Amino acid sequence: MSGAQKVLIIGGLILAAFGMLDGLHFALFVEHQTLEGMGASLNRAFVAAAEQQPAARGAALASYARTKYVYVRQVDVHSHWIGLAMLLIVLGAAFESVIFTNRTRLWIAFALLIGAAVFPLGVWLQTVISGPLPSALAIFGSALVTTALAFAIIGFSRTGSGKVDHSKS
Amino acid sequence: MLKAVPTKEPSAQRVLIVAGILLVAGGMLFGDIFAVFTLHQNARQTAAVLMSAAQAVSNHDGSGVTNAFGQIGTLLEDRGTKVDAHVHMTDAGYLALLLALVQPYIALSQKTKKRLASLFIAGGVLLPVGIFLIHYVGTAYSPFTVIGWASVLADSAGALLIVVLIIELWALWKGRNRNLSMSEPALPPDRTWERRMLLSGGTALVLAGFLFGAWYAGFNLYAHEQRETRILGSILDSATTGSAIANGVTDYSLLGAEKAVSIAAHSHIIEFGLLAILLSFAQPYVFLSQSWKRRWVVTLLAGSVILPVFVLLELKLGLLAAAIADIGGALVILALAGMLAGVVRYTGAVDASQEVQS
Repeated sequence: MSGAQKVLIIGGLILAAFGMLDGLHFALFVEHQTLEGMGASLNRAFVAAAEQQPAARGAALASYARTKYVYVRQVDVHSHWIGLAMLLIVLGAAFESVIFTNRTRLWIAFALLIGAAVFPLGVWLQTVISGPLPSALAIFGSALVTTALAFAIIGFSRTGSGKVDHSKS
Repeated sequence: MLKAVPTKEPSAQRVLIVAGILLVAGGMLFGDIFAVFTLHQNARQTAAVLMSAAQAVSNHDGSGVTNAFGQIGTLLEDRGTKVDAHVHMTDAGYLALLLALVQPYIALSQKTKKRLASLFIAGGVLLPVGIFLIHYVGTAYSPFTVIGWASVLADSAGALLIVVLIIELWALWKGRNRNLSMSEPALPPDRTWERRMLLSGGTALVLAGFLFGAWYAGFNLYAHEQRETRILGSILDSATTGSAIANGVTDYSLLGAEKAVSIAAHSHIIEFGLLAILLSFAQPYVFLSQSWKRRWVVTLLAGSVILPVFVLLELKLGLLAAAIADIGGALVILALAGMLAGVVRYTGAVDASQEVQS
Protein backbone atom coordinates (compact mmCIF):
# COMPACT_ATOMS: atom_id res chain seq x y z
CA MET A 1 0.00 0.00 0.00
CA SER A 2 1.47 3.37 -1.01
CA GLY A 3 1.68 6.43 1.26
CA ALA A 4 -1.22 8.11 -0.55
CA GLN A 5 -3.37 5.00 -0.11
CA LYS A 6 -2.54 4.88 3.61
CA VAL A 7 -3.48 8.57 4.00
CA LEU A 8 -6.81 8.01 2.24
CA ILE A 9 -7.80 4.70 3.82
CA ILE A 10 -6.67 5.36 7.40
CA GLY A 11 -7.83 8.99 7.23
CA GLY A 12 -11.16 7.84 5.78
CA LEU A 13 -11.64 5.25 8.52
CA ILE A 14 -10.89 7.81 11.26
CA LEU A 15 -13.21 10.36 9.63
CA ALA A 16 -15.97 7.71 9.27
CA ALA A 17 -15.62 6.72 12.94
CA PHE A 18 -15.74 10.38 13.95
CA GLY A 19 -18.78 10.99 11.70
CA MET A 20 -20.56 7.95 13.17
CA LEU A 21 -19.87 9.08 16.75
CA ASP A 22 -21.18 12.51 15.82
CA GLY A 23 -24.25 10.81 14.28
CA LEU A 24 -24.78 8.63 17.36
CA HIS A 25 -24.65 11.68 19.62
CA PHE A 26 -26.96 13.53 17.22
CA ALA A 27 -29.49 10.66 17.05
CA LEU A 28 -29.54 10.07 20.82
CA PHE A 29 -29.43 13.60 22.20
CA VAL A 30 -30.27 16.09 19.46
CA GLU A 31 -32.38 14.92 16.53
CA HIS A 32 -35.71 13.96 18.12
CA GLN A 33 -35.63 16.93 20.46
CA THR A 34 -34.88 19.29 17.56
CA LEU A 35 -37.59 17.80 15.32
CA GLU A 36 -40.14 18.01 18.12
CA GLY A 37 -39.07 21.60 18.79
CA MET A 38 -39.42 22.48 15.11
CA GLY A 39 -42.90 20.94 14.82
CA ALA A 40 -44.01 22.52 18.09
CA SER A 41 -42.77 25.99 17.01
CA LEU A 42 -44.65 25.80 13.72
CA ASN A 43 -47.78 24.51 15.43
CA ARG A 44 -47.47 27.31 18.01
CA ALA A 45 -47.15 29.91 15.24
CA PHE A 46 -50.34 28.69 13.56
CA VAL A 47 -52.27 28.40 16.86
CA ALA A 48 -51.08 31.90 17.89
CA ALA A 49 -52.28 33.23 14.54
CA ALA A 50 -55.66 31.50 15.07
CA GLU A 51 -55.87 33.11 18.50
CA GLN A 52 -54.84 36.49 17.02
CA GLN A 53 -51.63 36.87 19.01
CA PRO A 54 -49.22 38.42 16.47
CA ALA A 55 -46.27 38.78 18.87
CA ALA A 56 -46.41 35.09 19.89
CA ARG A 57 -46.85 34.14 16.23
CA GLY A 58 -43.74 36.09 15.21
CA ALA A 59 -41.66 34.64 18.05
CA ALA A 60 -42.74 31.07 17.25
CA LEU A 61 -41.98 31.52 13.53
CA ALA A 62 -38.54 32.98 14.33
CA SER A 63 -37.86 30.05 16.68
CA TYR A 64 -38.88 27.62 13.90
CA ALA A 65 -36.54 29.32 11.39
CA ARG A 66 -33.59 29.30 13.81
CA THR A 67 -34.12 25.65 14.85
CA LYS A 68 -34.41 24.57 11.22
CA TYR A 69 -31.25 26.52 10.26
CA VAL A 70 -29.28 24.59 12.91
CA TYR A 71 -30.97 21.22 12.15
CA VAL A 72 -30.24 21.36 8.40
CA ARG A 73 -26.55 22.07 9.07
CA GLN A 74 -26.26 19.36 11.75
CA VAL A 75 -27.66 16.76 9.34
CA ASP A 76 -25.36 18.05 6.58
CA VAL A 77 -22.28 17.82 8.80
CA HIS A 78 -23.02 14.20 9.78
CA SER A 79 -23.88 13.03 6.25
CA HIS A 80 -20.97 14.87 4.60
CA TRP A 81 -18.37 13.59 7.08
CA ILE A 82 -19.46 9.98 6.53
CA GLY A 83 -20.04 10.41 2.79
CA LEU A 84 -16.62 11.98 2.27
CA ALA A 85 -15.00 9.32 4.48
CA MET A 86 -16.52 6.60 2.29
CA LEU A 87 -15.25 8.42 -0.80
CA LEU A 88 -11.73 8.58 0.70
CA ILE A 89 -11.74 4.83 1.47
CA VAL A 90 -13.01 3.86 -1.98
CA LEU A 91 -10.59 6.22 -3.75
CA GLY A 92 -7.80 4.90 -1.51
CA ALA A 93 -8.49 1.35 -2.68
CA ALA A 94 -8.28 2.50 -6.30
CA PHE A 95 -5.47 5.02 -5.95
CA GLU A 96 -2.83 2.78 -7.51
CA SER A 97 -4.67 3.54 -10.77
CA VAL A 98 -4.00 7.28 -10.48
CA ILE A 99 -1.15 7.68 -12.93
CA PHE A 100 1.02 10.37 -11.31
CA THR A 101 4.28 10.28 -9.36
CA ASN A 102 4.03 9.13 -5.74
CA ARG A 103 4.73 12.68 -4.56
CA THR A 104 1.81 14.12 -6.56
CA ARG A 105 -0.47 11.32 -5.41
CA LEU A 106 0.45 12.08 -1.81
CA TRP A 107 -0.40 15.75 -2.31
CA ILE A 108 -3.76 14.82 -3.83
CA ALA A 109 -4.46 12.44 -0.94
CA PHE A 110 -3.62 15.06 1.71
CA ALA A 111 -5.74 17.68 -0.08
CA LEU A 112 -8.68 15.24 -0.12
CA LEU A 113 -8.28 14.35 3.55
CA ILE A 114 -7.87 17.93 4.80
CA GLY A 115 -10.76 19.14 2.62
CA ALA A 116 -13.01 16.27 3.77
CA ALA A 117 -12.33 17.12 7.42
CA VAL A 118 -12.42 20.92 7.18
CA PHE A 119 -15.47 21.40 4.93
CA PRO A 120 -18.06 19.84 7.33
CA LEU A 121 -16.22 21.43 10.28
CA GLY A 122 -16.87 24.86 8.74
CA VAL A 123 -20.56 23.97 8.31
CA TRP A 124 -20.75 22.83 11.94
CA LEU A 125 -19.09 26.07 13.12
CA GLN A 126 -21.89 27.99 11.35
CA THR A 127 -24.25 26.68 14.03
CA VAL A 128 -21.97 27.77 16.88
CA ILE A 129 -20.31 31.07 15.95
CA SER A 130 -21.27 33.90 13.65
CA GLY A 131 -19.02 35.83 11.27
CA PRO A 132 -17.16 34.88 8.09
CA LEU A 133 -14.71 32.29 9.55
CA PRO A 134 -17.03 29.23 9.41
CA SER A 135 -18.09 29.92 5.82
CA ALA A 136 -14.48 30.64 4.82
CA LEU A 137 -13.42 27.25 6.27
CA ALA A 138 -16.27 25.46 4.48
CA ILE A 139 -15.35 27.13 1.17
CA PHE A 140 -11.63 26.34 1.66
CA GLY A 141 -12.42 22.69 2.45
CA SER A 142 -14.75 22.22 -0.50
CA ALA A 143 -12.26 23.94 -2.86
CA LEU A 144 -9.54 21.52 -1.70
CA VAL A 145 -11.76 18.45 -2.31
CA THR A 146 -12.89 19.80 -5.69
CA THR A 147 -9.36 20.49 -6.92
CA ALA A 148 -8.07 17.14 -5.65
CA LEU A 149 -10.94 15.27 -7.33
CA ALA A 150 -10.18 17.04 -10.63
CA PHE A 151 -6.56 15.82 -10.40
CA ALA A 152 -7.74 12.30 -9.50
CA ILE A 153 -9.93 12.22 -12.63
CA ILE A 154 -6.95 13.18 -14.79
CA GLY A 155 -4.85 10.49 -13.07
CA PHE A 156 -7.49 7.79 -13.48
CA SER A 157 -8.06 8.55 -17.15
CA ARG A 158 -4.37 8.45 -18.10
CA THR A 159 -3.20 5.28 -19.82
CA GLY A 160 -0.01 3.36 -19.13
CA SER A 161 2.06 3.30 -15.98
CA GLY A 162 5.19 5.08 -17.16
CA LYS A 163 4.63 8.06 -14.91
CA VAL A 164 4.29 6.06 -11.70
CA ASP A 165 7.30 5.99 -9.45
CA HIS A 166 7.00 2.76 -7.48
CA SER A 167 10.31 3.14 -5.71
CA LYS A 168 8.81 4.90 -2.71
CA SER A 169 5.73 2.71 -2.42
CA MET B 1 -4.06 -17.25 -21.49
CA LEU B 2 -5.33 -19.34 -18.65
CA LYS B 3 -8.43 -21.42 -18.96
CA ALA B 4 -11.28 -20.77 -16.58
CA VAL B 5 -11.56 -23.42 -13.90
CA PRO B 6 -15.13 -23.81 -12.66
CA THR B 7 -15.43 -23.29 -8.91
CA LYS B 8 -17.83 -25.51 -6.98
CA GLU B 9 -19.01 -22.83 -4.61
CA PRO B 10 -18.85 -19.05 -4.85
CA SER B 11 -16.41 -17.32 -2.50
CA ALA B 12 -17.53 -14.82 0.18
CA GLN B 13 -16.21 -12.06 -2.08
CA ARG B 14 -18.37 -13.16 -5.00
CA VAL B 15 -21.42 -13.59 -2.74
CA LEU B 16 -20.94 -10.03 -1.49
CA ILE B 17 -20.49 -8.65 -5.02
CA VAL B 18 -23.69 -10.36 -6.21
CA ALA B 19 -25.63 -9.28 -3.08
CA GLY B 20 -24.22 -5.73 -3.29
CA ILE B 21 -25.33 -5.30 -6.89
CA LEU B 22 -28.75 -6.83 -6.06
CA LEU B 23 -29.23 -4.54 -3.05
CA VAL B 24 -28.25 -1.43 -5.04
CA ALA B 25 -30.52 -2.45 -7.94
CA GLY B 26 -33.36 -3.31 -5.52
CA GLY B 27 -32.98 0.01 -3.70
CA MET B 28 -33.00 1.89 -7.00
CA LEU B 29 -36.04 0.01 -8.28
CA PHE B 30 -37.85 0.81 -5.05
CA GLY B 31 -36.80 4.47 -5.43
CA ASP B 32 -38.18 4.56 -8.98
CA ILE B 33 -41.51 3.03 -7.85
CA PHE B 34 -41.65 5.47 -4.91
CA ALA B 35 -40.99 8.44 -7.22
CA VAL B 36 -43.78 7.41 -9.62
CA PHE B 37 -46.50 6.27 -7.20
CA THR B 38 -45.93 8.08 -3.89
CA LEU B 39 -43.74 11.17 -3.99
CA HIS B 40 -45.93 13.60 -5.95
CA GLN B 41 -49.19 12.34 -4.42
CA ASN B 42 -47.72 12.79 -0.95
CA ALA B 43 -46.64 16.37 -1.77
CA ARG B 44 -50.16 17.20 -3.02
CA GLN B 45 -51.75 15.75 0.13
CA THR B 46 -49.34 17.68 2.36
CA ALA B 47 -50.21 20.94 0.55
CA ALA B 48 -53.94 20.20 1.00
CA VAL B 49 -53.50 19.61 4.74
CA LEU B 50 -51.39 22.78 5.06
CA MET B 51 -54.26 24.60 3.36
CA SER B 52 -56.71 23.17 5.92
CA ALA B 53 -54.37 24.29 8.75
CA ALA B 54 -54.37 27.82 7.31
CA GLN B 55 -58.16 27.70 7.01
CA ALA B 56 -58.37 26.62 10.65
CA VAL B 57 -56.31 29.73 11.48
CA SER B 58 -58.80 31.76 9.47
CA ASN B 59 -61.66 30.24 11.52
CA HIS B 60 -59.76 30.88 14.81
CA ASP B 61 -59.85 27.10 15.37
CA GLY B 62 -56.77 26.18 17.42
CA SER B 63 -57.65 22.48 17.69
CA GLY B 64 -58.20 22.35 13.92
CA VAL B 65 -54.63 23.60 13.49
CA THR B 66 -53.27 20.92 15.82
CA ASN B 67 -55.26 18.19 13.99
CA ALA B 68 -53.90 19.38 10.65
CA PHE B 69 -50.33 19.28 11.98
CA GLY B 70 -50.95 15.75 13.22
CA GLN B 71 -51.94 14.76 9.67
CA ILE B 72 -48.87 16.50 8.23
CA GLY B 73 -46.76 14.46 10.67
CA THR B 74 -48.33 11.23 9.38
CA LEU B 75 -47.73 12.25 5.76
CA LEU B 76 -44.12 13.16 6.52
CA GLU B 77 -43.63 9.78 8.23
CA ASP B 78 -45.08 8.02 5.17
CA ARG B 79 -42.67 9.88 2.86
CA GLY B 80 -39.68 9.75 5.22
CA THR B 81 -39.81 5.99 5.85
CA LYS B 82 -39.95 5.30 2.10
CA VAL B 83 -37.00 7.60 1.41
CA ASP B 84 -35.10 5.92 4.26
CA ALA B 85 -35.93 2.40 2.98
CA HIS B 86 -34.59 3.40 -0.47
CA VAL B 87 -31.42 4.99 0.96
CA HIS B 88 -30.67 2.19 3.43
CA MET B 89 -31.12 -0.60 0.87
CA THR B 90 -28.81 1.16 -1.61
CA ASP B 91 -26.24 2.00 1.06
CA ALA B 92 -26.25 -1.61 2.35
CA GLY B 93 -25.41 -2.56 -1.25
CA TYR B 94 -22.48 -0.12 -1.31
CA LEU B 95 -21.22 -1.53 1.98
CA ALA B 96 -21.49 -5.08 0.63
CA LEU B 97 -19.36 -4.07 -2.39
CA LEU B 98 -16.88 -2.36 -0.06
CA LEU B 99 -16.68 -5.50 2.12
CA ALA B 100 -16.12 -7.59 -1.02
CA LEU B 101 -13.03 -5.46 -1.69
CA VAL B 102 -11.42 -6.29 1.66
CA GLN B 103 -12.32 -10.02 1.81
CA PRO B 104 -8.84 -11.21 0.72
CA TYR B 105 -7.32 -9.38 3.72
CA ILE B 106 -9.79 -10.74 6.31
CA ALA B 107 -8.07 -13.19 8.66
CA LEU B 108 -10.92 -15.70 8.88
CA SER B 109 -11.71 -19.05 7.29
CA GLN B 110 -13.73 -19.05 4.07
CA LYS B 111 -16.61 -20.74 5.93
CA THR B 112 -16.76 -17.99 8.59
CA LYS B 113 -16.45 -15.29 5.94
CA LYS B 114 -19.42 -16.77 4.06
CA ARG B 115 -21.46 -16.96 7.27
CA LEU B 116 -20.68 -13.30 7.95
CA ALA B 117 -21.60 -12.42 4.35
CA SER B 118 -24.96 -14.21 4.79
CA LEU B 119 -25.62 -12.34 8.05
CA PHE B 120 -24.72 -9.04 6.39
CA ILE B 121 -27.09 -9.74 3.51
CA ALA B 122 -29.89 -10.69 5.95
CA GLY B 123 -29.34 -7.40 7.82
CA GLY B 124 -29.14 -5.44 4.55
CA VAL B 125 -32.51 -6.83 3.44
CA LEU B 126 -34.34 -6.70 6.79
CA LEU B 127 -33.26 -3.14 7.66
CA PRO B 128 -35.06 -1.43 4.74
CA VAL B 129 -38.02 -3.84 5.04
CA GLY B 130 -38.38 -2.88 8.72
CA ILE B 131 -38.10 0.84 7.93
CA PHE B 132 -40.71 0.52 5.16
CA LEU B 133 -43.15 -1.23 7.53
CA ILE B 134 -42.87 1.40 10.32
CA HIS B 135 -45.59 3.59 8.79
CA TYR B 136 -48.00 0.67 8.26
CA VAL B 137 -47.44 -1.36 11.44
CA GLY B 138 -47.27 1.59 13.83
CA THR B 139 -47.39 0.45 17.45
CA ALA B 140 -49.89 -2.41 16.87
CA TYR B 141 -49.38 -5.29 19.38
CA SER B 142 -46.25 -3.55 20.66
CA PRO B 143 -45.44 -3.63 24.38
CA PHE B 144 -43.79 -0.21 24.00
CA THR B 145 -45.67 3.08 23.84
CA VAL B 146 -43.63 4.68 21.05
CA ILE B 147 -41.61 1.90 19.37
CA GLY B 148 -43.46 -0.56 17.12
CA TRP B 149 -42.46 -4.04 15.94
CA ALA B 150 -41.29 -2.71 12.58
CA SER B 151 -38.88 -0.36 14.38
CA VAL B 152 -37.68 -3.31 16.47
CA LEU B 153 -37.05 -5.28 13.25
CA ALA B 154 -35.21 -2.35 11.64
CA ASP B 155 -33.11 -1.67 14.75
CA SER B 156 -32.23 -5.38 15.15
CA ALA B 157 -31.20 -5.59 11.50
CA GLY B 158 -29.10 -2.42 11.93
CA ALA B 159 -27.46 -3.96 15.01
CA LEU B 160 -26.72 -7.13 13.01
CA LEU B 161 -24.98 -5.05 10.34
CA ILE B 162 -22.93 -3.25 13.00
CA VAL B 163 -21.88 -6.57 14.63
CA VAL B 164 -20.81 -8.02 11.24
CA LEU B 165 -18.87 -4.84 10.41
CA ILE B 166 -17.11 -4.89 13.79
CA ILE B 167 -16.07 -8.55 13.30
CA GLU B 168 -14.87 -7.80 9.74
CA LEU B 169 -12.87 -4.79 11.00
CA TRP B 170 -11.38 -6.89 13.79
CA ALA B 171 -10.41 -9.65 11.34
CA LEU B 172 -8.98 -7.04 8.95
CA TRP B 173 -6.88 -5.59 11.80
CA LYS B 174 -5.80 -9.11 12.85
CA GLY B 175 -4.64 -9.87 9.32
CA ARG B 176 -2.86 -6.54 8.72
CA ASN B 177 0.71 -7.77 9.18
CA ARG B 178 0.22 -11.42 8.37
CA ASN B 179 1.19 -13.00 5.14
CA LEU B 180 -2.23 -14.59 4.88
CA SER B 181 -2.56 -17.87 3.10
CA MET B 182 -5.53 -16.30 1.41
CA SER B 183 -8.71 -18.30 1.17
CA GLU B 184 -9.42 -16.14 -1.87
CA PRO B 185 -7.14 -14.08 -4.08
CA ALA B 186 -6.79 -10.29 -3.98
CA LEU B 187 -8.53 -8.42 -6.76
CA PRO B 188 -6.09 -8.32 -9.65
CA PRO B 189 -4.52 -5.00 -10.75
CA ASP B 190 -6.37 -3.95 -13.85
CA ARG B 191 -5.93 -1.08 -16.32
CA THR B 192 -8.63 -2.05 -18.78
CA TRP B 193 -10.80 0.51 -20.59
CA GLU B 194 -13.81 -0.47 -18.44
CA ARG B 195 -11.87 0.10 -15.21
CA ARG B 196 -10.49 3.46 -16.33
CA MET B 197 -13.90 4.63 -17.55
CA LEU B 198 -15.61 3.62 -14.31
CA LEU B 199 -12.90 5.17 -12.14
CA SER B 200 -12.55 8.46 -14.03
CA GLY B 201 -16.29 8.64 -14.88
CA GLY B 202 -17.26 7.85 -11.29
CA THR B 203 -14.88 10.45 -9.88
CA ALA B 204 -16.16 12.99 -12.44
CA LEU B 205 -19.73 12.28 -11.28
CA VAL B 206 -18.69 12.84 -7.65
CA LEU B 207 -16.96 16.08 -8.67
CA ALA B 208 -20.03 17.26 -10.59
CA GLY B 209 -22.22 16.52 -7.54
CA PHE B 210 -19.77 18.35 -5.32
CA LEU B 211 -19.68 21.43 -7.56
CA PHE B 212 -23.48 21.46 -7.77
CA GLY B 213 -23.73 21.15 -3.97
CA ALA B 214 -21.30 24.06 -3.51
CA TRP B 215 -23.30 26.17 -5.96
CA TYR B 216 -26.55 25.27 -4.16
CA ALA B 217 -25.08 26.10 -0.74
CA GLY B 218 -23.63 29.38 -2.02
CA PHE B 219 -26.57 30.71 -3.99
CA ASN B 220 -29.76 28.90 -2.93
CA LEU B 221 -29.59 27.49 0.60
CA TYR B 222 -29.87 30.78 2.51
CA ALA B 223 -32.34 32.21 -0.02
CA HIS B 224 -34.55 29.12 0.37
CA GLU B 225 -34.44 29.35 4.17
CA GLN B 226 -35.44 33.01 4.12
CA ARG B 227 -38.15 32.34 1.53
CA GLU B 228 -39.66 29.56 3.66
CA THR B 229 -40.07 31.83 6.70
CA ARG B 230 -41.45 34.61 4.49
CA ILE B 231 -43.99 32.30 2.82
CA LEU B 232 -45.15 30.83 6.14
CA GLY B 233 -45.59 34.40 7.44
CA SER B 234 -47.59 35.36 4.36
CA ILE B 235 -49.82 32.25 4.70
CA LEU B 236 -50.58 33.25 8.29
CA ASP B 237 -51.14 36.89 7.26
CA SER B 238 -53.59 35.79 4.57
CA ALA B 239 -55.36 33.44 6.98
CA THR B 240 -55.66 36.18 9.61
CA THR B 241 -56.89 38.85 7.22
CA GLY B 242 -59.17 36.49 5.30
CA SER B 243 -57.42 36.97 1.93
CA ALA B 244 -56.45 34.20 -0.50
CA ILE B 245 -54.43 31.48 1.26
CA ALA B 246 -53.97 29.28 -1.80
CA ASN B 247 -51.18 31.39 -3.35
CA GLY B 248 -49.04 31.08 -0.22
CA VAL B 249 -49.61 27.32 0.00
CA THR B 250 -48.71 26.95 -3.70
CA ASP B 251 -45.52 28.97 -3.14
CA TYR B 252 -44.67 26.76 -0.14
CA SER B 253 -45.19 23.57 -2.18
CA LEU B 254 -43.08 24.98 -5.01
CA LEU B 255 -40.28 25.84 -2.60
CA GLY B 256 -40.45 22.30 -1.16
CA ALA B 257 -40.17 20.90 -4.69
CA GLU B 258 -37.20 23.18 -5.52
CA LYS B 259 -35.36 22.01 -2.42
CA ALA B 260 -36.24 18.35 -3.00
CA VAL B 261 -35.03 18.22 -6.62
CA SER B 262 -31.79 20.07 -5.76
CA ILE B 263 -30.97 17.71 -2.88
CA ALA B 264 -31.98 14.63 -4.92
CA ALA B 265 -29.80 15.69 -7.88
CA HIS B 266 -26.82 16.40 -5.56
CA SER B 267 -27.06 13.12 -3.64
CA HIS B 268 -27.88 10.86 -6.62
CA ILE B 269 -25.03 12.03 -8.83
CA ILE B 270 -22.52 11.52 -5.98
CA GLU B 271 -23.93 8.10 -5.07
CA PHE B 272 -23.80 6.99 -8.71
CA GLY B 273 -20.19 8.17 -8.82
CA LEU B 274 -19.34 6.04 -5.81
CA LEU B 275 -21.21 3.10 -7.34
CA ALA B 276 -19.21 3.42 -10.56
CA ILE B 277 -15.92 3.46 -8.61
CA LEU B 278 -16.99 0.40 -6.57
CA LEU B 279 -18.08 -1.47 -9.69
CA SER B 280 -14.69 -0.84 -11.28
CA PHE B 281 -13.23 -3.30 -8.76
CA ALA B 282 -15.75 -5.98 -9.71
CA GLN B 283 -14.95 -5.85 -13.45
CA PRO B 284 -12.51 -8.81 -13.40
CA TYR B 285 -15.44 -10.91 -12.13
CA VAL B 286 -17.82 -9.80 -14.90
CA PHE B 287 -17.61 -12.79 -17.22
CA LEU B 288 -18.81 -11.20 -20.45
CA SER B 289 -17.23 -10.32 -23.78
CA GLN B 290 -15.33 -7.04 -23.83
CA SER B 291 -17.92 -5.34 -26.04
CA TRP B 292 -20.75 -6.23 -23.63
CA LYS B 293 -18.70 -5.13 -20.63
CA ARG B 294 -18.15 -1.77 -22.33
CA ARG B 295 -21.83 -1.47 -23.22
CA TRP B 296 -22.86 -1.90 -19.58
CA VAL B 297 -20.24 0.61 -18.43
CA VAL B 298 -21.52 3.22 -20.91
CA THR B 299 -25.15 2.44 -20.01
CA LEU B 300 -24.39 2.84 -16.29
CA LEU B 301 -22.59 6.16 -16.75
CA ALA B 302 -25.27 7.48 -19.14
CA GLY B 303 -28.06 6.63 -16.66
CA SER B 304 -26.00 8.15 -13.85
CA VAL B 305 -25.93 11.48 -15.70
CA ILE B 306 -29.49 11.39 -17.10
CA LEU B 307 -31.27 10.73 -13.77
CA PRO B 308 -29.89 13.65 -11.71
CA VAL B 309 -29.90 16.13 -14.63
CA PHE B 310 -33.56 15.46 -15.44
CA VAL B 311 -34.59 15.35 -11.78
CA LEU B 312 -33.23 18.90 -11.66
CA LEU B 313 -35.18 19.83 -14.80
CA GLU B 314 -38.48 18.51 -13.40
CA LEU B 315 -39.56 21.97 -12.28
CA LYS B 316 -39.03 23.40 -15.77
CA LEU B 317 -40.13 20.49 -17.98
CA GLY B 318 -42.63 18.78 -15.66
CA LEU B 319 -43.66 15.18 -16.24
CA LEU B 320 -41.52 14.82 -19.37
CA ALA B 321 -38.37 15.40 -17.30
CA ALA B 322 -39.67 13.04 -14.58
CA ALA B 323 -40.22 10.33 -17.19
CA ILE B 324 -36.70 10.82 -18.65
CA ALA B 325 -35.24 10.74 -15.12
CA ASP B 326 -37.03 7.42 -14.53
CA ILE B 327 -35.55 6.11 -17.79
CA GLY B 328 -32.11 7.17 -16.47
CA GLY B 329 -32.78 5.15 -13.30
CA ALA B 330 -33.91 2.20 -15.42
CA LEU B 331 -30.66 2.40 -17.44
CA VAL B 332 -28.60 2.16 -14.25
CA ILE B 333 -30.68 -0.83 -13.08
CA LEU B 334 -30.30 -2.45 -16.52
CA ALA B 335 -26.52 -1.96 -16.43
CA LEU B 336 -26.40 -3.44 -12.93
CA ALA B 337 -28.44 -6.44 -14.11
CA GLY B 338 -26.09 -6.90 -17.07
CA MET B 339 -22.99 -6.81 -14.86
CA LEU B 340 -24.72 -9.10 -12.36
CA ALA B 341 -25.35 -11.65 -15.11
CA GLY B 342 -21.62 -11.51 -15.85
CA VAL B 343 -20.68 -12.04 -12.20
CA VAL B 344 -23.10 -14.99 -11.92
CA ARG B 345 -21.62 -16.52 -15.10
CA TYR B 346 -18.11 -16.10 -13.66
CA THR B 347 -16.40 -19.47 -13.49
CA GLY B 348 -13.38 -18.79 -11.33
CA ALA B 349 -10.99 -17.63 -14.05
CA VAL B 350 -9.49 -14.84 -11.96
CA ASP B 351 -9.16 -17.02 -8.87
CA ALA B 352 -7.62 -19.81 -10.92
CA SER B 353 -5.15 -17.51 -12.70
CA GLN B 354 -4.02 -15.96 -9.43
CA GLU B 355 -3.67 -19.34 -7.76
CA VAL B 356 -1.54 -20.60 -10.66
CA GLN B 357 0.62 -17.43 -10.62
CA SER B 358 1.18 -17.69 -6.88
